[in-house]
This record gives sequence, C-alpha cells and structure tokens, in this order.
Amino acid sequence: MKFLYAAYAATWIIHITYLAFLSRRYRRLRDEMHDLRKK
Amino acid sequence: MRRTFVILALLTLGLLSYALYEGLVAAPTEQTMGEVQRIFYYHVPSAVTAFTLFLINFAASIIYLARRSPTADALAVSTAEVGVVFCTVVLVTGPLWARPVWGIWWTWDARLTSTLLLWLIYISYLILRRYSTSGQTPVIAAVLAVFGFLDVPFVYVANRLFRTQHPQPVYFGGPGSGADPRMTHALLMNMAAFFCFAALVVWLRFRLERARQDFDETEALEALLQPDARSPR
Repeated sequence: MKFLYAAYAATWIIHITYLAFLSRRYRRLRDEMHDLRKK
Repeated sequence: MRRTFVILALLTLGLLSYALYEGLVAAPTEQTMGEVQRIFYYHVPSAVTAFTLFLINFAASIIYLARRSPTADALAVSTAEVGVVFCTVVLVTGPLWARPVWGIWWTWDARLTSTLLLWLIYISYLILRRYSTSGQTPVIAAVLAVFGFLDVPFVYVANRLFRTQHPQPVYFGGPGSGADPRMTHALLMNMAAFFCFAALVVWLRFRLERARQDFDETEALEALLQPDARSPR
C-alpha cells in the first residue's frame, strides 16, 4: 500500500510544484510590466 | 474569462476527485498484483496526456515553421512544458509500481529507455528555449520538436516490437487483452480528469507565454525609442 500512496502523492506533489513555479513566473512578469510602466 | 476559468477549474477538481474515488475505491482489486496495481489509474492517463501534449507541440511547431506565428510558438512551448510535467509523473510512478511487482526500480528495456529518452528530448527543448539568446531560438526549437516527436510512436510500439520487462498492452494488444469493465471505467474517468486538468494548465501557461511575448515586444520598442538608443546622424 505504501507504494500506491507514494505514487499518488508524488503525482500531486509534481503538479502542485509546477503550478507554484508557474505562479512565481506570473508574479515576476507582472512586476517587470509594472517597472516598465514606471519608466 | 476569469469566471470561465474558475468554473472550469471547479468542474475539473470535481472530476479529479471522482476519478480518485474510482481509482482507489470503486475499481476492483487486481488478482495478481493486489492494491499496488491501482497506480495504473494515474500512470497510464499521465502517459496518454503527455503523448497528446507532445502531439499538439509537434503540430504547433510545424505551423510555426510554416507561418512564423507567435501564437503557434506560444502553444508549442506551453504544451512541451506541461507535457514534460506529465512525463515526469510517468517516470516517477513507473518505478514505484515496478519495485513491489518486479522487485526492481528500473530496467533498460525498450519501453522504459525510450520513455526516458523522450523526457530528455523535451527537457533539452525547454533548456534551449530558456537559455539560448539567439533570435532563431524558436525556429531551432521547432525543428527539435518535430524530430523529437518521432520518439512518441516508438514508445507506443516498443513493448509490441520488443521483449520487454514492461507488460504487454492491456488495451489494443490483440486477442486476450482488455480489463474488467469497472477497471476500464476508472481508467477512462482518470483519463478524462487528467485531460481537463492538462487543458487548464496549458491555458494558464499559454496566457503567460503570450503576455511574455507582448512584454518583450513592448520592451524592445521602448528601447528603440530611448534617445540614447538612436543612431547619431
């Protein structure tokens, strides 16, 4: 059973990590746009 | 747009929860492998989703090479990135299934090796997109994507053409293949849920890429309009 739960948990850890990474890139782009508007 | 996204995200979350119930509870326990066989309901849909995303990447790359469309380029990079995420899930869940069933984490058979190679090809694609400073990067990446996709059909047929540790196909594998209808139902539910989830993530990634393209264009124009950037007369 531990392998089954490990596989399911690993799947969601990978997806959530990617979504967090995507969210960080969104924030970075928004900040860059903000800086460009200020110039 | 935001409201549509939230509604679709909630529907996908509901479908993912139902698919999880189907995979972990409703589907019958397989007789030989026992409970660990339920990894199948995440492993196979992840593989099918990754292959579908690589197919879209292939088509978008061809369109980009033919028309130099920034939209096709944005779709290509989005599907490649999300495809790599799903392919990573395949490469992680596979060994977690193999260890209790085969007694080993990994073996260099044709199916496993070609899947690892596929992952490495698309990782190379993403590294090229991320770090190359050449103006021709999207073109080079599109060519790599077109040739890289050739590995996808090979992965699919690898366990039909060669003797592999990886099991023979459960579906479309000729006489004797197939599974209990409740298992097939759980698999199809998970596949539908993973497709919806992948579509949402690709949508997010695509919008980010389009915004990045617009930003880069604006920044380049701003740089050209700066007084010190003008060439002396």
